[in-house]
Amino acid sequence: MFNRRQLLAAPALLLTAPALLLANTARAEQRFPSLSMFIPAGPGGGWDGLGRAIEQVSRQAGLVGTFQFENIGGAGGTVGLPRFVASKRGRGDALMVSGSIMVGSVLTNKTPVGLQNVTPVARLTEEADVIVVPAASPIKDISGFLAALKANPGGTSIAGGSAGGTDHIALGLVLKSQGHSARQGSYVAFAGGGPAQAAILGAQVSAGMSGLSEFAEQIKAGRMRALATTGATRSDPAIPTLKESGVDVVITNWRGVFAPPGVRPEALTKLVALMTELHALPAWAEMLKTRDWADAFMVGDEFARFLDSDRAQTELVLKEIGLA
Amino acid sequence: MNAFDGLSLGFSHALTLSNLGWALLGCFLGTAVGVLPGIGPALTIALLLPITFQVEATGAFILFCGIFYGAMYGGSTTSILLNTPGESGSIITALEGAKMARNGRAGPALATAAIGSFVAGTIGTLGISFLGPVVVEFALKLGPAEYFSLMVLCFVTVSAVLGGSALRGLTSLAFGLLLGLVGIDLQSGQPRMTFGIPELLDGVNVVLVAVALFAVGETLFLAWRHHDNQAVVRPVGSIMMSRDDWKRSWKPWLRGSFLGFPFGVMPAGGTEMPTMLSYYAERKLVAPEHVHEFGTTGAIEGVAGPEAANNAAAAGILVPMLTLGLPTSATAAIMLSAFQSYGINPGPMLFEQQSALVWTLIASLYVANIMLVVLNLPLVGLWARILKIPQPQLYAGILVFATIGTYGISNSVVDLVLLYSIGFVAMFMRRFDFPTAPVVIGMILGPMAEQAMRQALTISQGDWTAFVTRPGSAVLLGLAVLALVGPRVWGMVRRG
Repeated sequence: MFNRRQLLAAPALLLTAPALLLANTARAEQRFPSLSMFIPAGPGGGWDGLGRAIEQVSRQAGLVGTFQFENIGGAGGTVGLPRFVASKRGRGDALMVSGSIMVGSVLTNKTPVGLQNVTPVARLTEEADVIVVPAASPIKDISGFLAALKANPGGTSIAGGSAGGTDHIALGLVLKSQGHSARQGSYVAFAGGGPAQAAILGAQVSAGMSGLSEFAEQIKAGRMRALATTGATRSDPAIPTLKESGVDVVITNWRGVFAPPGVRPEALTKLVALMTELHALPAWAEMLKTRDWADAFMVGDEFARFLDSDRAQTELVLKEIGLA
Repeated sequence: MNAFDGLSLGFSHALTLSNLGWALLGCFLGTAVGVLPGIGPALTIALLLPITFQVEATGAFILFCGIFYGAMYGGSTTSILLNTPGESGSIITALEGAKMARNGRAGPALATAAIGSFVAGTIGTLGISFLGPVVVEFALKLGPAEYFSLMVLCFVTVSAVLGGSALRGLTSLAFGLLLGLVGIDLQSGQPRMTFGIPELLDGVNVVLVAVALFAVGETLFLAWRHHDNQAVVRPVGSIMMSRDDWKRSWKPWLRGSFLGFPFGVMPAGGTEMPTMLSYYAERKLVAPEHVHEFGTTGAIEGVAGPEAANNAAAAGILVPMLTLGLPTSATAAIMLSAFQSYGINPGPMLFEQQSALVWTLIASLYVANIMLVVLNLPLVGLWARILKIPQPQLYAGILVFATIGTYGISNSVVDLVLLYSIGFVAMFMRRFDFPTAPVVIGMILGPMAEQAMRQALTISQGDWTAFVTRPGSAVLLGLAVLALVGPRVWGMVRRG
């Protein structure tokens, strides 16, 4: 549950303290007197961090009076999701934080309740994966990695987060781009960032894949070599993207908010307006910068269409690996 | 900066009045959360993150480390007195500790746990100060193949708790392995044996199972079989350790410490495995005149060793965090995120870039250790008096305590149903002489061994010889065979 990537945003928790201290300096019109925020993960994770960041910025701006938080963690959010659907149905003042991890976990866990059962409101942030090798690896750059993968996909073991997650799917897509089946890879799943990083640092595996922020310090210290990131544009000016390296793969770990099923259209409009106003605030831009989150704002039909394509891409890869 | 300069700098920062205050608060909170089965140090630190926003980094980390060390002390108290382990590192302590308490030796058991924790905590902290970077580089050389072999070695320890009948003991072990399989499989992402219950996707909590087997099972059994209406008050006995107790404790403390620290440093180590190995070692090394105390009246060696091992392991867990920025436990992960909120990015350069903070933190670990032993030793008499409560009321209290603690794990009714179902099974296990400890050992080791084995086989592309061709792995497997066969062969040779 306490995976490093989810924890990276935990500092947002700290920022709720000043939010409590600052009197409601109402600068904008209050849109909700109270909003309940459902986090399908434990406190201290990435989803929790996003929820608390929304709380801080929107309360400081006076958009929302108070927030009630509820954390129900476990199994990539699939423990909390059915509870949100059952307890908040039809309510226009409830939001759930979720993201790409849940798209995958719903498929692999084969749970009856999925993201199609909740109402998409807005996508807010994203983080690209990075492919790294141990410092002493003979693989020097991304073309070397692709050549190794192409020649011997089974012999190039890659460490990452839990099976069926963003890292695993990213590897599946890269394998497909090299003319292999996603199944042929040697993906070694580790629980949490610590053991995975240890396996890469100790050169127990050929390479590793995970969120850029997770490996950033090891890359800076020269203990891991970054080969490529998986975003549409460079996340770090010094690391090329897969796309510019001739591999047509774009995949990020995105996070956003959802409303319960059965909300009335006018209530949904109100929630979308809240998120749009929040996104326009300078304080939000500041928050993204301090958290190292890339802005990935998207609402309405565009977000719904993105969700469909993300689910289709995820399902395709997971099916091919044999997980869905 | 060498270790001595670092430490003197650290102590000059740590010994200010406000920092001592933070350490004291942390130790106190940590002891309290260690006592409750559901709440661990990770959750407590997560909940405290917002409060410490106002506090400068040094004070906050001293508080967190106090909580972390304190939880290790607190966990043993309920293990010994109530047979209700507060966290997974104290499960093994309950085996002998609770038996000692039942036989009027609660005081010495608590005292040896507290002093053993102090000794181990100090050795562990010395390890962080002087050996940290060296040990961690060595630990990185261990891959999944070595971890699997290490767990095979740990499985040998089951033989120490099998009891009279190997068949019954192995049945218990199999039950534990079965429970360990519940939940999402890490390597494939697929749910196993969850029966469509979403709460089971995350697996069954091992502390829950230990509480159900030890505390709930025992309580239900007594309620079932206890016929006479006389209220029995257990003897409390002497509070302090006798000369003999000291003589029997010091070696296990040291052995436990030296066993625990390296396990803590290992990225996939943890506090559970060294407690098992320590228990096994003490049982094998105990003086012949005390052998009969194991599993009957409770042997002090079986408390001293594992308690030292879990505290030394807790110190070891901080090593990869401080030297490489690797979060190898939930608590370390939360602490790392706290570093980030102060704008410090913990990584391989932490020691150089934040040397003042890191050394203050290490110095405060020494301080916390002394505080904890001072805080806990006088409490031994007070705690032991809990046993003066007449049995029916005491067991009712244990049941309430276990229930509240378990609900605290994830506020889920499913957990309570599990607690009482497994407790019910444990009641029958007690009735028909099935040992309960192998269940816990199977549950802890099973999933870890399975994942390590599959990770190793993925890396070796399905080649099983990887376990014997890698030197580290081969040595560990050899040790396991030796530990299993050695005593029997030795016995046969001796008998002629």
